Amino acid sequence: MSGNQFMFYLFGAVIVIFSILAVTSRKILRAAVFLLFVLIATSGLYFMLNYQFLAAVQLTLYAGGIVVLIIFSILLTSHISEKFEPIKPQKSIFSALAAIIGAVLCIITLLDYNFKAGNAIAADLDMTVIGKALLSYKYDGYILPFEVISILLLAAMIASIVIAKKIKK
Amino acid sequence: MNYLLIIGITLFVVLSIAAGLIWIERRLLSVWQDRLGPNRVGPFGLFQVIADTIKLFFKEDWVPPFSDKPVFILAPGILMVTILLTFAVIPFAPDFYVFDSNIGILFFLGNSSLGVYSIVLGGWASNNKYSFIGAMRASAQMLTYEVFMGLSLMGVVMMADSFSFRAIVEAQKDCWFIIPQFFGFVVFFIAGVAETHRLPFDIPEAEGELIAGYHSEYSGMKFGMFFVGEYLGVTLISAIIATLFFGGWLGPSFLPPAFWFFLKTFFFIFVFILLRASLPRPRYDQLMSLGWKLLLPLALLNILITGAVLLFLK
Repeated sequence: MSGNQFMFYLFGAVIVIFSILAVTSRKILRAAVFLLFVLIATSGLYFMLNYQFLAAVQLTLYAGGIVVLIIFSILLTSHISEKFEPIKPQKSIFSALAAIIGAVLCIITLLDYNFKAGNAIAADLDMTVIGKALLSYKYDGYILPFEVISILLLAAMIASIVIAKKIKK
Repeated sequence: MNYLLIIGITLFVVLSIAAGLIWIERRLLSVWQDRLGPNRVGPFGLFQVIADTIKLFFKEDWVPPFSDKPVFILAPGILMVTILLTFAVIPFAPDFYVFDSNIGILFFLGNSSLGVYSIVLGGWASNNKYSFIGAMRASAQMLTYEVFMGLSLMGVVMMADSFSFRAIVEAQKDCWFIIPQFFGFVVFFIAGVAETHRLPFDIPEAEGELIAGYHSEYSGMKFGMFFVGEYLGVTLISAIIATLFFGGWLGPSFLPPAFWFFLKTFFFIFVFILLRASLPRPRYDQLMSLGWKLLLPLALLNILITGAVLLFLK
């Protein structure tokens, strides 16, 4: 087994094991930590594909940003000794069934599809290419989604300020 | 050169700097406070570090029974891993680097945002009120200052047209970025001090208020990892300042490039220590208002002006 293959299986194992742990753990903060490992391992997969920009974004935004916010809100709302009640057996059987059916459907679709290796060289994009594509208004540009997301974020910010503001009596 | 050899040398150099800094800091603080500092063990007290390390190794490695054990044990490791990983993208010399990536700065920012987990999880898993308050303070402080840290570097990225540390150093051949990017440097330096929670921004561990903050419950080598991690962080921020704003390995050619890199890095390490010797700790709200009311507008203005000037010159 080559080093690359070994790393792929390692990341794969980390993703599978910690995903399962994240949804079965009865302590909420531990579940968040397991989710963190899953996201870091995913970023490792992107690095292996030589897609470094996406890997860094995954690391900075998902692993570094979003999980921090999740953990922050857990710290504010729950106590270390808190534990979820064990899930009822019939509920866990049904959710396991749903998960297995979903996985089987995905695998069947993946195996059905005839993947072909492309001719494109596996090279990472230059930063300037990504930057220009983000600001381009042509058919392959991302300016519209970019602006839509900006408006969404602005609305969320205004809403949180309004909620946080004290009402004068 | 062989990859493994480069990785080995980098780790050795970085870890010995971090360990040696413990001695350097104690001696320098003593100089500035008109006393001698550690001077008994070995020449100039140099072996004090070795004695301290042996002591840390043999101390009881206590895990509090009321803590969340796996998270408690994991937390100090995260800090070491994230900081040591970041050294991989920093070029010590033109041909001495572990990994020249065209996302170098993003990689650094990503890893520094992962470093927060170490403190938050460590403080939370200790199940101690002081640790918990320290962790809350640390998370807010580090999340806040990460924002300015990233924004302050965007001017440098725009001028060098690249995220790669090597390309940024090479772009400084004619003029170090400290001159056109002075405000970026100021913001980055302050954010760097806050990010490593060194004095004067050691609010998460403020010993007068919180015993030792987030690492109150840690002992033995786990405490040692937090301790060395702090010095590693200081080394990292100094190395990045030297690389991004002061031309990295560039310098007159009568000395090897690596010498210039370490000279600049050590200069900023000494500034970090001088800050500790001379400044009092601000209040928590003062820290926050400094960040959001002064540093954020400054960083944004810096981006705007840099962009406008670059467009004008094109």
